Amino acid sequence: MKLPLSWLKDYMNIDGIENAEYMHKMTMSGSIVEGIENAAAEIKNVVTGKILKIEKHPDADKLVVCMVDVGEDAPIQIVTGAPNVFEGAVIPVAKHKSTLPGGVKITKGKLRGVESFGMMCSTDELGISEERATGILILPEDTPIGEDIAEVLHLNENVAEFEITSNRPDCMSIIGLARETAATFNRPISIKKPEVTENSENVTDYASVEIRNPELCSRYVGRVVKNVKIAPSPEWMQRRLKSCGIRAINNVVDITNYIMLEYGQPMHAYDLDHVEGKKIIVRCAEDGEQLETLDDQPRTLASSMIVISDEKRAIGVAGVMGGANSEVCDDTTTILFESANFNAAAVRRGAKGLGMRTDASALFEKGLDSENCLPAINRACELMTELGAGEVVGGVIDEYPVKKPQTVLDFEPEKMNAFLGMDISEGEMKEMLSRLEFEVKDGKVYVPTFRADIEGMADIAEEVARIYGYDRIPTTMMKGEMVAGGKTPRQKLEDTVRENLAASGLYEIITYSFIDPKENAMAGIPEGDERYNFVRITNPLGEENSVMRTDMTSSVLKTLRTNHARRNSQAAVFEIGTIFTPVEGRELPDETKQIALGMYGEYDFYAIKGILESLFEAVGIYGCEFKACGDNPTYHGGRCARIYKKDKYLGIIGQIHPAVCASFKLDTEVYAAVIDFEALAELADMSRHYAPLPKFPAVTRDIAVTVDKTVEVGQIVKIIEAQGSDIIEDCKLFDIYEGVQVGRDKKSVAYSITFRSAEKTLTDEDVNPVIDRILKQLEEKLGAQLR
Amino acid sequence: MKEKLAEIKAKAEEALSAAKTAEALEELRIKFLGKKGELTAVMKGMGALSPEERPRVGQLANEVRDFISKELDEQKSKLLAAAEKQKIKDETIDVTIPGTRPKKGGKHPLTRVLDDLKDIFIGMGFSIAEGPEVELDYYNFEALNIPKDHPARDTQDTFYINDNVVLRTQTSPVQVRTMEAQKPPIRIISPGRVYRSDAVDATHSPVFHQVEGLVIDKGITMADLKGTLEMFAKKLYGEDTRLRFRPHHFPFTEPSAEVDISCFNCGGKGCRICKGEGWIEILGCGMVHPKVLKNCGIDPDVYSGFAFGIGLERVTQFRYDVTDMRLYYENDVRFLDQF
Repeated sequence: MKLPLSWLKDYMNIDGIENAEYMHKMTMSGSIVEGIENAAAEIKNVVTGKILKIEKHPDADKLVVCMVDVGEDAPIQIVTGAPNVFEGAVIPVAKHKSTLPGGVKITKGKLRGVESFGMMCSTDELGISEERATGILILPEDTPIGEDIAEVLHLNENVAEFEITSNRPDCMSIIGLARETAATFNRPISIKKPEVTENSENVTDYASVEIRNPELCSRYVGRVVKNVKIAPSPEWMQRRLKSCGIRAINNVVDITNYIMLEYGQPMHAYDLDHVEGKKIIVRCAEDGEQLETLDDQPRTLASSMIVISDEKRAIGVAGVMGGANSEVCDDTTTILFESANFNAAAVRRGAKGLGMRTDASALFEKGLDSENCLPAINRACELMTELGAGEVVGGVIDEYPVKKPQTVLDFEPEKMNAFLGMDISEGEMKEMLSRLEFEVKDGKVYVPTFRADIEGMADIAEEVARIYGYDRIPTTMMKGEMVAGGKTPRQKLEDTVRENLAASGLYEIITYSFIDPKENAMAGIPEGDERYNFVRITNPLGEENSVMRTDMTSSVLKTLRTNHARRNSQAAVFEIGTIFTPVEGRELPDETKQIALGMYGEYDFYAIKGILESLFEAVGIYGCEFKACGDNPTYHGGRCARIYKKDKYLGIIGQIHPAVCASFKLDTEVYAAVIDFEALAELADMSRHYAPLPKFPAVTRDIAVTVDKTVEVGQIVKIIEAQGSDIIEDCKLFDIYEGVQVGRDKKSVAYSITFRSAEKTLTDEDVNPVIDRILKQLEEKLGAQLR
Repeated sequence: MKEKLAEIKAKAEEALSAAKTAEALEELRIKFLGKKGELTAVMKGMGALSPEERPRVGQLANEVRDFISKELDEQKSKLLAAAEKQKIKDETIDVTIPGTRPKKGGKHPLTRVLDDLKDIFIGMGFSIAEGPEVELDYYNFEALNIPKDHPARDTQDTFYINDNVVLRTQTSPVQVRTMEAQKPPIRIISPGRVYRSDAVDATHSPVFHQVEGLVIDKGITMADLKGTLEMFAKKLYGEDTRLRFRPHHFPFTEPSAEVDISCFNCGGKGCRICKGEGWIEILGCGMVHPKVLKNCGIDPDVYSGFAFGIGLERVTQFRYDVTDMRLYYENDVRFLDQF
């Protein structure tokens, strides 16, 4: 919302308030001022000038050389290419060493060899029009010469730009902001009641209004003006409109826009001669009903919208835009002003449905005050008379089917003080509320009708607090019951996982939770897999972000792809992320977490496996089994394992299948793992119990056996550990050898086995039988031979 | 015999001082003190001496032996010290060669800052509450006093799954769920991902993180809200930090405020980071709207409370000087390595 500060002077005295102070105080009382701009501030050394003589440029067809009187001793020479200059034209001249909006500096120079001592300006060059102008701005003939252009064009205006929150539609108006200014600076305000000069006729002889759906239109006020003379509006009105960002059209349309700015009440003017039956009907639109709006666009309406119609056809989308069929034109002689209150939600639906948000709809959809309709329309009629634009017909059509009662609340100063943590006296509260036009009497607060946002004690408390000053509220610490805060075991587990993986040399990543549905296929997830059952976004930013992920693999692979494409020689990353699984018969999907790891560079299967083993140990999960898995298309058939703790599935690990790598443009070996965080949480045991340090020495024996290449070392360990009764403390694989010495299809596997007893020092007699049993079992079960 | 002993002593002294190696010293030990050594031979021959002479010569012999032993030891430690010195010299390395580092990993910058925020609030007795990201419209909007057709619900802001289900646009639904499930006193923060339908650029991301807080108890005041947030800001940005509460509007709080902190870079004088204003907006907050309390089955006449919401990306941006939000979600390891 733009507010030309000079406009405030219509209602109050703002003398002595500096821009900076205005910005600060208004912001601190709740009306956020984003800035105060002055269109003239950047314009320097630009004056009015008169073209005395125009000659052809000797070397350029499209240029002319002008002699211009700029009010100095001698005229100056300016070269221009503008097509609309003529001798005698009064124009803005940016002289040598002048500046224009946007920091543009003008100095003398040569154009095709002819000296030019400045530039004639167009409206866009002066910053008074956004559009690119086709020629130089031609000023009225009687404009004095050599005058500062900012003064001549009244550009020297401070315009404050407000950010108005959605609960304060009343502040989307000059009067509303004047009220806030008056309350903030504690200065008196006077808003004159419009005085309408009307003829002795009766408006009911001219038109009638019928509201068919009172729930959609609580009030409709209409007035008629006859003998209308369509003309441009006066300069002062055009200037104010322009300061607020509205283009001047003609006196009638400008008045409706002026009222919208001043009162925050959107208005419309119909050419009454084009209203069939001279009757206005407010009703729901019919599905498929057609209307060409003022912007010459054909519109198809829907029953959720409110339409204004005459006896035969729609003539406007209520609260959004009028129809072309009843538009005020140059030959219009009788108009009907509309000042109505339409249902906020219905206007919003209409504007949204038609894809046309207008200034009017933006106001209506926040909810307006019905009480404002009458003063607004009277002010419009007052201006019609003042501008000599027509003769106001006597009387008002005022259909007011739904009158909202004034909000009356209990005045509870003690409660408010307790709520705010303050100690403001009752009298001070009353004074501040009265500044905001709230009336306090007999223990009640009478809320002004334009403050529909005030519904209870908390709202009144906010009014008091913001006028008093939020900065004057003390800072205290909460009292009351002690509350034990902290993290849940599951939250702590997540921290542990994160810290462990980071310590293992992985970087945590955070990726979008929505993916492209094609990504699962790229990641090798087979067709028909349940992970293709997605939660879909109906209005995604694009197909690539259109479904919630059901698996973390592609998120990690995409990150590796980014890093690889940027020639990072290695990358090792992890994410603890949520996956989303739709559940039959439930509105919300299951949200569970996965830990996904991915890496390329100096890594192999055993490196990532070691990272996971260390992770499992950190969360107290011991004895996980890695079962070879050759049937998961995401992974290399010979380098993949599913991870189990007893029968519980924990996750999958392996080298990413070359085909999957290729689809993610990764021409390198990639290793990845996806761990089910929920399973991990179920199995995790963060308790720790001290075991006494051993009192007796350990005995270590190394054994090396030859087995078939296909034998997994995991089987060997199992057999060794099974024979150990309770004296095998540890069993470490320290060598695997394949080569001619052990024969083809064979390998030698060497273990270092540590024996220890808690009761005594072990001897050969204790250990040898166990070693014998181990070797015997290995031979029987795996055909292992001692080397 | 005395002469003999003196001769041995002189010889030994000379030989010992000339010995350069541990082996040579050992040879000399054997030569003089060994079973067949020169001194031993003299001592063996003492039997031939008269009883009067024997003790004197014996004493002299002992002195010579002690002298040689002592010299031997001294010479030995000298040699050892020299050898050790030489060894150290030989083992000298170039200390300017870079160290061998363990592989470096680390938490995401957003996680690091979130951990700090959690610590601060846990220190004030807060718990951490979590909730679904795919959320019912009711929890995301309606229960928070944002009915259907409210301007804050424009489709351009919200991702919809269907008419009743959205991707949460804020973590406030977690507050509602907490209030429904738990009776006051409540002190929670709800950090998490939120979604808005914004195209990606340096300052917008369709996925970002919020940390919202909620306190409900008897007698909670707006002054408590100010005190709590002031403590938070001082812990996060330093003791000198000042706060500025500006009136604002949120549908779920009343009164509502936006909070600026004095610029941590310039202290309020105005600089590049605060765009010359001296203040930086960091969060929105307010007293929980009575309607919201009622919606959650909490009697607003008995209880009151406050809520606040912090944008994690924004706080992180100020912590680490990250100027482009896209960096958080691209996960380039060269970026992640910097924290």
